[in-house]
Amino acid sequence: MSLDIVQMVLVTVLAAATPLILAGIGELVVERSGVLNLGVEGMMVLGAAAGFAVAAWTGSTGLGALGGAGAGLLLAALFGLLTVVLAANQVASGLALTILGLGLSGLVGAGYVGMKRDPAPHLDLPGLTDLPGIGRLLFGHDAFVYAALLLVAGVWWFLWRTRAGLTLRAIGDDHAATHALGLKVRKVRFLAVLFGGACAGLAGAYLSLAYTPFWAPAMTAGRGWIALALVVFASWRPLRVAAGALLFGGATVLQLHAQAAGLGLPGQLLSAVPYLATILALVLLSLGRRRGGSLAPAALGRVFAPSR
Amino acid sequence: MGSIVTRLAGALLCAAVAAGPARAADKLKVGFVYVGPVADYGYSYQHDLSRKALAEALPGAVETTFLENVPEADSERAIEKLARSGAGLIFTTSFGFMEPTLKVAKKFPTVKFEHATGYKRAGNVSTYSARFYEGRYVCGKIAGKLSKSGTVGYIASFPIPEVVSGINAFMLGAQSVNPDIKLKIVWVNTWFDPGKEAEAAKALLAQGADILTQHTDSAAPLQEAEKAGKLAFGQSSDQYRFAPKAQLTSIVDDWNGYVIQEARAVLDGTWKSHDSWGGIKDGMVVLAPFTNMPDDVKALAEETKQGIVAGRIHPFEGPVLKQDGSVAVKAGERAPDPMILGMNWYVKGIDDRLTQ
Repeated sequence: MSLDIVQMVLVTVLAAATPLILAGIGELVVERSGVLNLGVEGMMVLGAAAGFAVAAWTGSTGLGALGGAGAGLLLAALFGLLTVVLAANQVASGLALTILGLGLSGLVGAGYVGMKRDPAPHLDLPGLTDLPGIGRLLFGHDAFVYAALLLVAGVWWFLWRTRAGLTLRAIGDDHAATHALGLKVRKVRFLAVLFGGACAGLAGAYLSLAYTPFWAPAMTAGRGWIALALVVFASWRPLRVAAGALLFGGATVLQLHAQAAGLGLPGQLLSAVPYLATILALVLLSLGRRRGGSLAPAALGRVFAPSR
Repeated sequence: MGSIVTRLAGALLCAAVAAGPARAADKLKVGFVYVGPVADYGYSYQHDLSRKALAEALPGAVETTFLENVPEADSERAIEKLARSGAGLIFTTSFGFMEPTLKVAKKFPTVKFEHATGYKRAGNVSTYSARFYEGRYVCGKIAGKLSKSGTVGYIASFPIPEVVSGINAFMLGAQSVNPDIKLKIVWVNTWFDPGKEAEAAKALLAQGADILTQHTDSAAPLQEAEKAGKLAFGQSSDQYRFAPKAQLTSIVDDWNGYVIQEARAVLDGTWKSHDSWGGIKDGMVVLAPFTNMPDDVKALAEETKQGIVAGRIHPFEGPVLKQDGSVAVKAGERAPDPMILGMNWYVKGIDDRLTQ
């Protein structure tokens, strides 16, 4: 019985971490290419609205997820046009993107408020999913969770094991030098921005299609900002983003369980635990490995306008 | 001849000047500030219904606008914006808007303000609230009767008197039919975060609660209860559509009557700063249809509701004991309104601890 509770808690931890992993890993790629997109929250909430709208319209959760990712990608394309092509200020554009996303999502989702759908189906392998203790944890999630984990592995492999990944990181560190070498700085950055948008949109779609299967305005409730912070504290490393998201999700869920179990600690104190724990862990982690110099991509947030 | 024309023209001009502002002043601009989205199908949604009802009830006389999703920390700017744009009456609808409302009211002494669920007033600031605790007492009775595990889960937002008195009223109602009932409380420190509310619901269900109630605004906890085959109460508006197999009833806020009455008073020039606190009797607190319960429980709920309306039943009827066993309300007495409005202690039987 208690083993089942532990498993159930771990399952919810993974579910709570999934939107942060998805949005965080996308933003990580964007920032590794040297672009700072503060509009994660906006792209995420638009993804949630569009994802739910498409799913309600077509009746398919899969198409809904694609719709959410597509909506995030479109919004990111606008950001890319402004910052990468037209060399506008990234911080201002990103903040504007958040506001735009929140507004647009209200418009897109207006007709879908108060509707409910069945949550995204969970994997159910006869024999495996019913394994006591670990079955549900390993084989009982919805597709979003597995997609998020695969994405982390994929991004890690891409950044550290492929030539294209090396190019992307190099561009993020020095756009002038890479440009001089003939690398397509703006193309790579634009693609990275699109990828980040799609990931944030997918994270939003996860919220409205699987996590709490309905659409409500502003339902992301600040998760985009947490994903942004995770990328920084994870010192721009994919596996640490995933670990940070799990830690944050875990601390959030555990403090709620601690309250429900009646530990007698004030709820306000426990509510601060996820933030404190995540910051502390990731800061300690990055201190330990520090070998001088900043961990951030050197060209992060700097506008690039090639001289012709 | 010439002089007549000039005089006529002069008179017309005067009339035009006089009529211009008079016509503009005829229409009362009424502004609303919401803490959540109007489409939350909860607290802000219910308030927005009253805005629409006002526009319908006094067409031609009022013009309504609203600002939604206003964070409490940033509300002063939003309220001032409404006041500056010519609103004559402004409803600020969240507890956290209290200080900002008073600040803006000082700057705009001719504008009338109505602040919901607060306790500080000024010459041009009224307060209003609903006796939600009456509805929660009825819910408590239902939960006490229906809980098989003897444990009820309560998802709470912030430790303000309105929330605490709701928890107490619920517990007293539950204890009146099941003295051994246990209440597990989880504070989520937000009014609206579907994900977090759902996690809290899951945690409470895992700890053995078989009925959930909430003082947060999304339908996520109801959905979790429905998924787990357990029961729950809706919040702020009728959320039956989200959980037709789980919702027992819902405490619905109905602000229509009050909002229209106050706008009328401003139009008539009879508006005065005051404090209103309406309950089930006044139609400000409405209970959604009792569903998913056997007939005897339904009858008990109905009877409790009627008792409150008739004044036979008061949720805080003495003896009411505090957690440490000291007497808060003596036998035969009823808690006076100021005590309920400032409630910062739990009744006996609640395990949770309040930070003071």
